[in-house]
Amino acid sequence: MVKHFNIIRKASAASLLAFVMAVPAGAAECIAPADPGGGWDFTCRTVGRLLTEEGIVDGNVQVTNMPGGVGAVAFANVASKRADDPDLLVATSTVGITQIAQGKYPAGVDTMRFVAMLGADVGVIAVNKDSEFETLDDLLAAMKSDPDSVITAGSSGVGGWDHIRLLQLAQAGGVEDLKTLRWVQFDGGSPAVTQMMGGQVNVVSTDLGEIAGFVESGDIKILAALSDEPIEAFPDAPTAKSQGYDVTGYNWRGFYTGGDVSDEAYDGWVANLKTLYDSPEWQQAAIASGLTPIWRGGPEFSQYVIDQEQLMGNISREIGVIK
Amino acid sequence: METLSFLANGFTVAAQPINLALILVGCFVGTLIGSLPGLGPVNGVAILIPLTFAFGFDATSSMILLSAVYYGCMYGGRISSIMLNIPGDEPAIMTTLDGYPMAKSGRAADALAISGVASFIGATLATIGLTLFAPLLAKAAIYFGPADYFALYVMAFATIGGIAGIDPRKTLLAAFVGLMIGTVGLDPATGVARYTFGSFNLYDGFDTIVALVGLFAVSEILMFMELKIKTAAIIPLGRTLPRLSTIKEGLGASFRGSGIGFIAGILPGAGASLGAVMAYTFEKQLNDKDGTFGNGDPRGVAAPEAGNNAASGGALIPMLTLGVPGSGTTAVMLAMLISLNVQPGPLLFEKQPELVWGLVASLYLANIALLILNIPLIGIFTRLLRLPSWALMPFVVAISYLGVYAISHSPFDLMVMVGFGVLGFVFRKLDISLVPVVLGLLLGMDMENNLRRALSISGGDPSILIESPISIGLYIVTGAFLVFSIYLSTRSHKRRDV
Repeated sequence: MVKHFNIIRKASAASLLAFVMAVPAGAAECIAPADPGGGWDFTCRTVGRLLTEEGIVDGNVQVTNMPGGVGAVAFANVASKRADDPDLLVATSTVGITQIAQGKYPAGVDTMRFVAMLGADVGVIAVNKDSEFETLDDLLAAMKSDPDSVITAGSSGVGGWDHIRLLQLAQAGGVEDLKTLRWVQFDGGSPAVTQMMGGQVNVVSTDLGEIAGFVESGDIKILAALSDEPIEAFPDAPTAKSQGYDVTGYNWRGFYTGGDVSDEAYDGWVANLKTLYDSPEWQQAAIASGLTPIWRGGPEFSQYVIDQEQLMGNISREIGVIK
Repeated sequence: METLSFLANGFTVAAQPINLALILVGCFVGTLIGSLPGLGPVNGVAILIPLTFAFGFDATSSMILLSAVYYGCMYGGRISSIMLNIPGDEPAIMTTLDGYPMAKSGRAADALAISGVASFIGATLATIGLTLFAPLLAKAAIYFGPADYFALYVMAFATIGGIAGIDPRKTLLAAFVGLMIGTVGLDPATGVARYTFGSFNLYDGFDTIVALVGLFAVSEILMFMELKIKTAAIIPLGRTLPRLSTIKEGLGASFRGSGIGFIAGILPGAGASLGAVMAYTFEKQLNDKDGTFGNGDPRGVAAPEAGNNAASGGALIPMLTLGVPGSGTTAVMLAMLISLNVQPGPLLFEKQPELVWGLVASLYLANIALLILNIPLIGIFTRLLRLPSWALMPFVVAISYLGVYAISHSPFDLMVMVGFGVLGFVFRKLDISLVPVVLGLLLGMDMENNLRRALSISGGDPSILIESPISIGLYIVTGAFLVFSIYLSTRSHKRRDV
C-alpha cells in the first residue's frame, strides 16, 4: 500500500511538473506581468489561445504570470535576461506606460521594442442610476464649487490611470484645486462600482469592460465616455467630447518584446498579431469583453508609445504626482 | 419553486457524461493539489485553465471543472495540515492547531474523517445558501463599506490572541511580526514603495503562500534535521480507519463553523482564511472549557474545515452575481469566464441560467463525490505516518520548492521561502506560534487597505470608522467577545488555583 501510494505521489508530482514546466523549446510564451485574473492576464490568455486556434503559431502559447511592481518585475526580468528572446511577448497597456512615465520602472520605453496594440478599453465616468448628477456638467460644477464634496473612486491608486483620466476631465471643467479631490482606490472596477452602489462613494472612473454588466442592468449610468466616438455597446452614453470637454482616456492592450530582438523576429510578431487582429474571432472576443478593436503596429506603435509616455509625464507633473 | 425548477434543469446539465467525468477528475486533481504544500486552489485553477482551452470545453463545462478543482482543493488542504503540520493552503492553517495534535496522539484517521465530513457539511450548506439566496445576499454584501470591513478585521485580530499558544503575549508578538511583514511592498493607495530597498521583487510584498510554505514546511525540515541528531519522535499509528462515533463529535462545530464561514465568504475580499479563523475562534470561545483546544479537540478540526469550505461556496456568490471575486481563486475563475465571453455580473443569472444552475448542480455532485473519494483516501493517508521521516522529508522539500516556483517562476521567491523557514525555525524554538504570523500577513494587508479607503472617503476624519450601524455592531460583538474571554480565563485560573 505504501509503495502504491508512493507511486501515486511520484506520478502526481511528475505530472504537476509537466503541467508547470512543459514549455517545449522554441514555443511562444506570453508573460502576463500580473497575477491571474487581471487585464494583462486576460490579454495574454485570449491572444495566446486565439493565436493557437487560428493556426497563426505552432503549438500552445505558454502564459506565464510574473506579477510585481505593476509590471516592473517582468520589465526588469526581460531587460536583464531575455532581451533577445525571439519567442517572447509581454502584455502591457496604458497602465504600464503610466508607470514608466512616472519613473516606477527600472528603465524607459526605449529599453523594449513595442510590437502592437490590438484593442482598447474605454474609460468611463459612472454614477449610480439615482445619483444627483444627471450630466457631466452637474458633476464638474459640483467639483468646481466644492472639490471636497464629491468622493471619487476607481481601480488605481493616486496617480494611476483611472485617477489621471478623471483629473484631466476635472481640469477641463475648470476645477482648480485638483489635490483636494477625494480619491479612493479599490482592487478593480467592479469592487469600486459595488461600493458606489452601497453608497460609499459617489463617482467611479474606470475602464468600461469590467463594469459593463452594471451599465447594462441599469444599476449605474455613464455620465461620460472618454472616447472619440460613442461606444458601440452603449450608443446613448454621451462622450466627454460631445459635452464640450476635450478629454479621451483609452486603456489600450498590447505587447512589447525584448530590446535586442532581431528585426526579423519583431516583424514576424507584428505580422502574426496583425493576422490575429484581422480575424473575426479576435474582433468578436474583443467586443465581447468590452474592448474596442484598434490596431497600431510596428514603428507606428513604437512612436505612439513614446508620445504617450511624454504626455503622461506632463500630466503627472501638472497634478503633482511627480516633480 | 422557480428556483427548484431552475435547479432541476441544472442537474440535467451537470448529469451530462462529460460534465460528470469532469466533476470526478476535478475533485481528484483538486484534492491532490490542495494537499501539496504550496500548491493551493489558485494555482490549481490557474494551471488547469489552459487545459480547458486545449480541450475546447464550453464555458459551462470549464466552470464545472474548475469549481470541482476549487472544492477539491479546499478538502485537500486539510490533509497535510493534519498529517504533517504543514497547511496545504492558506485556509487550512487553522486546521493544524488541533488536527496535528490529533494525529500525533494516534487519531489521524479520526481527524481526517471529522474534517472530511465537516468539509462536506460546510460546502453543502454553502451550496444550498448559494441556490436559495444568491441574488439577495449579493445585494446585502454591497452595503458593507470599507469602514465595516475594517471593523471585521479588527474583530478577527482581537480574537487571534485566543487562538494559539500558551502565552498570549507571544501570540500578540507573532501577529505584529506578521503585520509588519505585510507592510512591505507598494502602498496600494498611493503607489509609494515601502521597505523594498529598491528591489522590484519586493514591490508586490511577500506572497502569503510563499511565507506559509517557508514558515511551516521549511521550518519543519529544519526541526527534523535538528531532531535527527537527537531522537526523532515516533508518532503512534493508531487506527487507520475512523470510527463512526467520532464523526459525531464534530457535527455541532461543523454546523456553527459553516454559518460563520459562509458569511465571511459572501463578503468580497474576506474569503476562506478569514472564515476558518473566525469559525475556529468562535468554537474555541464557546466550548473550550477544559483547555482541550490546541491539544487535539475534534471540534477544533471540524469548525475551521467547515468554515473554510463554506466560505469558498459563499465566495462564488459575489463572483457570479456582482462580478466581484470573493477570493483569489474566484478572481482566476472570473478571468476565465470573461475570456470565454461570459460576463459575470447582475445579469448573469438571467442571461446564462444554464451555466449558473449547471454549475450549482455540479457543486452538489462534487461535494458528494469528494466525500466518497475522501473515505478510501483516509486509509492511504494515515499510512503516510508509517513512512520514516528520512523518506518523507525529501518529498516535502521537493514539493515545497516546486509549489513555490510554480506560483511565480521566480528564484527570488525560493530565497524568500527559505528566509521564512529560518524565521519559522527560530520562532518554534522560542515557542511562538506561527499561525498568527501568517494571519497578520494575510489579513493585515486587507485591514490596512480598508482603513486607508475609509479615511480617503472621509477626507481623513477617523469618525467614519464608527459611523455605520454595521461597524458599530461589529465593535460591540468584538468588545463582548473580549470581555467574555477575559472573564472565562480568570475563572479558569481561579479553578486551577483551587
